[in-house]
Amino acid sequence: MPAHRREGLVLAVAVGIVGVTFGVLADVAGLSIPQVMVMSALMFTGASQLAAVSVIDGGGTGYTAVGSALLLAARNALYGPVVARLFGSSTAVRVVGSHFVIDETTAMAAMQDEDDTAADAFWWTAIWLWSLWNLGSVGGALVGSAIGDPEAWGLDAAFPAAFVALLAPHVRTRPGRVAAIGGGALAIATVPIAPAGVPLLVASLAVLPGWLVHRRAL
Amino acid sequence: MSWTAIVVMTAGAYGFKFFGVFVLARISDRSAAAFQSLIALVPAALFAALVAVQTLEAGGGLQIDARAAGVAAGALAVLRRMPFVLVVLVAMTVSAAIRWQTLG
Repeated sequence: MPAHRREGLVLAVAVGIVGVTFGVLADVAGLSIPQVMVMSALMFTGASQLAAVSVIDGGGTGYTAVGSALLLAARNALYGPVVARLFGSSTAVRVVGSHFVIDETTAMAAMQDEDDTAADAFWWTAIWLWSLWNLGSVGGALVGSAIGDPEAWGLDAAFPAAFVALLAPHVRTRPGRVAAIGGGALAIATVPIAPAGVPLLVASLAVLPGWLVHRRAL
Repeated sequence: MSWTAIVVMTAGAYGFKFFGVFVLARISDRSAAAFQSLIALVPAALFAALVAVQTLEAGGGLQIDARAAGVAAGALAVLRRMPFVLVVLVAMTVSAAIRWQTLG
């Protein structure tokens, strides 16, 4: 198996276990199995799904749940320009491909040097991740809170560490480093003062200083 | 949670993705090379932000704990050019070990 497919599978296994967490949380928050299945299969954006069930579990209203979920889902729009060319000109492929534009698929695609490999990485990560995320969610919802705390297994560190590896190719250039440092700093500064999801949107502004560095280098 | 909420969230989530691929990508394709080099920096800014938030955010505030130690160990593994699966395993092991230490 080529390296990028294997890495996509590793990422998907970690995400699948987070899916179990989502399923357990959803069950505790009173969602039915069909609701869990529809969310994981069709909404397919982990952070939003987790946020929505956490709000409900914490006694929040449906409106708050929808609001948090959508704020967290908004960043996926920013990935469109990064991956759209991998879908070619077919409208059907673009419509289907759009469904799978999330952090993990974009990251796996964006770290490849060639477009062909990037498209292969996108689709394979999408297939692994979608399958394991759905499997994990339903499994979690079925067994409910019988499972222990996933944090005890260090799973909450697995996801950000994986993204350090996925970030690595983007910080090889000076503009990339400036954008990354700026994005991290803006996100950290925004976390205490804004609802979840907003820090990531604010962080996207860090492309501007990165771009200025890029312009000056030309 | 009501089915209405689920339908709205599902439609909204796909709406954002669709908007990115069909609208933002087209604007980007048709604009000057300068704008495209701006877009090329989006992964750097967003993935760094994702790492920062997922490592330090806790209950709406910031917190340095076993998770952060695990991610730091994972980052070292990246610097040492270790394979992806090891990066993930190192991060999990360090964070779990610290938690077990503090619990036990």
